[in-house]
Amino acid sequence: MTLNGWLQILVYCGIIILLVKPLGGYMTRVFNGDRTLLSPVFVRVERGLYRLAGTSEREEQHWTTYTAALLFFSLAGFIVLYLLQRLQGGLPFNPAGMGATEPDLAFNTAVSFVTNTNWQNYGGESTMSYLVQMAGLTVQNFVSAATGIAIAIALIRGFSRASGTSIGNFWVDLTRCTLYILLPLCIVLTLVYVYLGVPQTLGTYVDATTLEGARQTIAVGPVASQLAIKMLGTNGGGFFNVNSAHPFENPDAISNLIQMVTIFAIGAALTNVFGRMVGNQRQGWAIFAAMGVLFLAGVSVCYWGEAAGNPLVHALGIDGGNMEGKETRFGIALSALFAVITTAASCGAVNAMHDSFMAISGMIPLINTMLGEVIIGGVGAGLYGILLYVIIAVFVAGLMVGRTPEYLGKKIEAKEVKMAMLAVLCLPLAMLGFTAVATVLPSAVASIANAGPHGFSEILYAYTSAAANNGSAFGGLTGNTPWYNITLGIGMWMGRFFVIIPALAIAGSLVMKKTVPESAGTFPTHGPLFVGLLVGVILIVGGLTFFPALAVGPIVEHLALGLGQTF
Amino acid sequence: MSQSKSASLMDSRILLPAIGGAFKKLDPRSLIRNPVMFVVAVVSLLTTVLFLKDVVTGGQSLGFTFQIILWLWFTVLFANFAEAVAEGRGKAQADSLRKTRTETQAKLLSSEKDTGFKLVPGTRLKVGDLVLVEAGDIIPSDGEVIEGVASVNESAITGESAPVIRESGGDRSAVTGGTQVLSDWLRVRITAAAGSTFIDRMIALVEGAQRQKTPNEIALNILLAGMTLIFVLATATIPSFAAYAGGAIPVVVLVALFVTLIPTTIGALLSAIGIAGMDRLIQFNVLAMSGRAVEAAGDVDTLLLDKTGTITFGNRQATELLPVKGVTEQELADAAQLASLADETPEGRSIVVLAKEKYGIRARDMQTLHAHFVPFTAQSRMSGVDIDGSSIRKGAVDAVLAYVNQSAAGAAVAGGGAVATIGTRASSETIRDLQSISDQIAKAGGTPLAVVRDGKLLGVVHLKDIVKGGIRERFAELRQMGIRTVMITGDNPLTAAAIAAEAGVDDFLAQATPENKLSLIRDEQSKGKLVAMCGDGTNDAPALAQADVGVAMNTGTVAAREAGNMVDLDSDPTKLIEIVGIGKQLLMTRGALTTFSIANDIAKYFAIIPAMFLAFYPQLGALNIMGLQTPQSAILSAIIFNALIIVALIPLSLKGVKYRAIGAAALLRRNLLIYGLGGVIVPFVGIKAIDVVITSLGLA
Repeated sequence: MTLNGWLQILVYCGIIILLVKPLGGYMTRVFNGDRTLLSPVFVRVERGLYRLAGTSEREEQHWTTYTAALLFFSLAGFIVLYLLQRLQGGLPFNPAGMGATEPDLAFNTAVSFVTNTNWQNYGGESTMSYLVQMAGLTVQNFVSAATGIAIAIALIRGFSRASGTSIGNFWVDLTRCTLYILLPLCIVLTLVYVYLGVPQTLGTYVDATTLEGARQTIAVGPVASQLAIKMLGTNGGGFFNVNSAHPFENPDAISNLIQMVTIFAIGAALTNVFGRMVGNQRQGWAIFAAMGVLFLAGVSVCYWGEAAGNPLVHALGIDGGNMEGKETRFGIALSALFAVITTAASCGAVNAMHDSFMAISGMIPLINTMLGEVIIGGVGAGLYGILLYVIIAVFVAGLMVGRTPEYLGKKIEAKEVKMAMLAVLCLPLAMLGFTAVATVLPSAVASIANAGPHGFSEILYAYTSAAANNGSAFGGLTGNTPWYNITLGIGMWMGRFFVIIPALAIAGSLVMKKTVPESAGTFPTHGPLFVGLLVGVILIVGGLTFFPALAVGPIVEHLALGLGQTF
Repeated sequence: MSQSKSASLMDSRILLPAIGGAFKKLDPRSLIRNPVMFVVAVVSLLTTVLFLKDVVTGGQSLGFTFQIILWLWFTVLFANFAEAVAEGRGKAQADSLRKTRTETQAKLLSSEKDTGFKLVPGTRLKVGDLVLVEAGDIIPSDGEVIEGVASVNESAITGESAPVIRESGGDRSAVTGGTQVLSDWLRVRITAAAGSTFIDRMIALVEGAQRQKTPNEIALNILLAGMTLIFVLATATIPSFAAYAGGAIPVVVLVALFVTLIPTTIGALLSAIGIAGMDRLIQFNVLAMSGRAVEAAGDVDTLLLDKTGTITFGNRQATELLPVKGVTEQELADAAQLASLADETPEGRSIVVLAKEKYGIRARDMQTLHAHFVPFTAQSRMSGVDIDGSSIRKGAVDAVLAYVNQSAAGAAVAGGGAVATIGTRASSETIRDLQSISDQIAKAGGTPLAVVRDGKLLGVVHLKDIVKGGIRERFAELRQMGIRTVMITGDNPLTAAAIAAEAGVDDFLAQATPENKLSLIRDEQSKGKLVAMCGDGTNDAPALAQADVGVAMNTGTVAAREAGNMVDLDSDPTKLIEIVGIGKQLLMTRGALTTFSIANDIAKYFAIIPAMFLAFYPQLGALNIMGLQTPQSAILSAIIFNALIIVALIPLSLKGVKYRAIGAAALLRRNLLIYGLGGVIVPFVGIKAIDVVITSLGLA
């Protein structure tokens, strides 16, 4: 580890902390329907869209209506995306002449983008037409992100409103998020990326002759626009197969920094939106702090593991950290940092190959994902995910002060606990359940590149990434087989909707409750004690669930390496 | 019942039957009420069947498997034992209650005017029947006194041997079946059918026969069931992980891991904690009609307390003597004492005492003074004494002034005599002086009592509501708990404000009526607060029913007792504060043991995971940080620890985690440290110790 490496990490953290308040303030105004800087530009478009959809910004929905609207919208998005892929051969904007995508791959990809996962069992430049990339994938990158944020806002309303019945209007939240937040930021970011050298063209791939005289086809396309939303919406699906390790998708240290910042920006700001909407920004900061503690712990271990390097390589007389699978323009610190950010935030974009990380540092992205993407997390998903943990933490700890547990004045009772447990339960069901089947299924085991614990980690990582809607791949696993396409698709679907529905049910239940005024008998949920408690509950609940799987995967691999064994 | 209060935890009369009870509770119908322990029983049964198959077919390491199975069953039995002990304590109390419910003969009257009666067995009485109860008779069933006054021994239910007065009308009209009339007679209208009397309900309550899960208990059970399912996933997926690595793990080891991981500690003790909470109230001589009420007590935000009896002593006392100009304190003290010598009210006695202690005037004997006592009447609103031709009166200021004016006018008409000149002495200046003194007293929350001797105004006695010692500290403590106290009083706002300030309550309701009491409760509840109150009169019934925790005094009316969800057998309104503490203790004990239970899992993983995978991943031996001797001893130690910790925590679950009024944040920090951090550390030590013992015994 170097001072320079740590400085880069600290600068990054500083930028995020500075962004939280202004962006949070702006987003709060957007979702409250207050006037913002951009209102004059978009207000007509916004009203027009509502008229078109037959709704109005004054119309409010019960949680069941809200959920139904959301599910309908996601299903429609899935069908459109599936059909676009299957029919792309006959559709325009297909200069490379891509044929129809296989049904199982099209299913996997459609689920993947609708659920904000962006798991990619395809290579973008060799499978998808420009039309699919722009009208299919990029559109879902926007609306799946907006959907996630809408859910978080709905859940916040559950806490902030009292004795009500409605939690907002899905169509309004979706529209406002896309129009006022995602679209303007992405336009700016796209221009910046183009300036930094990222291609943005509808032209054909470029043929070049290399110095050796060989012919090479260089893939280009509308990269910058997809790159902007890929990060901002924590989607992570790369235009190119190697994602942000590709020089066209991440040319230099500046573009790398912008990408890392935009992954966390909205998720971090949402904690402030939460604080503002419940009337106490410190509540938001406490949640942000809990996320921050987990994040810094992850970065420290990951950076340390990579910087320490491989003892077997050291034995050969080669000093230094582990550079395998990394881009020299980013180096160890920024590769480790990027890996932790992208898995903490459910983004899944990569600028280095996680498969090549040391066992112990490769375990950090895995753990981040296993915890359910609550460390900043996917846009919206991170906040509602951590609020589910908050409910469990408050329930157990709240009892210890001798009162029926309450959070922000709302009593946490059987219904909330039931829904939170349901959501927490569905993740290991998909992650561990599918891994357990795949590891004893010969055809599934055949897909892995390495034997032993490392191969096990590849399978475990795939299902964990899918169910947590992260989308990053450990690498090494050949995922484009019917078995993986279908089971990973189911995993992503479970991880998204089996969490969303309970979260909205909690919002619906909370919104009906009275707000109990705070007193000396209620323990404060904005101090370090609460932050510590929340971190502890996340680690213990998550850790206990996955300890056996981690033991036979990265832990045993790490211990074996110490004894000179590799797999 | 007072005798059984001291039933200690280790009383063999409770422990021995509880052992039998533990086996009886293996009945699946009773086990299913507790999801966590039901799951343990199911997997224990499964492994037992597998073991028996192995015995027949000749499997390997039978001794080890047998020990694991033994401890699995012990885990279930220990949980049942905990519940049986908790219930046993209630049963002991129920038995002593049952003894009082002996067969009684009732003297049935055919109408209210009936002079004769018919003897019928008490069990045949119907609601609405009229009975006569005379000195020495046991009251046959619950009822309401319609005629008569009698002293009644209620020690059967309260444990208090001093007799209480029961009379028709008013707030002391309720009588309880099983209590005994000591003197005089009562005519009683029966209000409860056989089998549903107060004592019957008490028996059912303390036995826990009607125990239903409380809302919070249900929520906690969901959490525990959810944790159990998570660990089903965590352990059920291990065989395929092992198969991938080319190994296999015996079912009994998986079961051992599973049972140690799921929250058996809290699962086993959960119902014992609930029963013990009710029981703790009973030991306080408070009967909660439901567990829900006990829980609600812990959540109370606002406490309505009656001023009289709770905040102040029931009666006012003289604290000061304030003469008008031209009169010495000594003079006033002398007159005030003389006027009060025969006054047997607490106020009167306090005047005599004050004159004696502060002014050294010894109480004199009425007889030797040839004094004639003039008692208080509602018309004159004064009392006093006529002595040697002079007359002394004390009373409400306006009454005394009216008396002075009247006698002055009377004197003017009569003309002459000793009294004639007196009236003129009550100059307007003296009257103003008197009034300003009494206004000051009223402002300070006291009651002024004017004293006049032969038409001459002497001064004012300051009668004061004496706030109970230490009550201020109690309220400060409640504030620390986050509870707002509201004093309820019939006094005027001025007096109420002064006493409220002295006692340190947060708010008061002056000139309280049943209506504005009820609306105060509704108002608080609409703000999301939970309200507790106590009351005894029929006019308290609506408020008692509306409050989240309504404590009815046992001396109160039937209506009040029906409306409340708790009954205080000692009729001590101060107890509300303890009741809140007990409610909090119940919730805290649940939370603490849940935290402890979950925190324990870390050590158990470190014990079992390396042992489990040792055959094919020997590298994982590095995780054996406790240095446990063999894989078998590691697994066995974990499961033994898991079973024994249940027994070790029975006393805590029955006694409850101590509540301290130190503020929620400090309390949470403290409990997290003890039960969270302690829960992480204790099993590391415990498992290691058990490992040392069982390896030295050669068990594994």
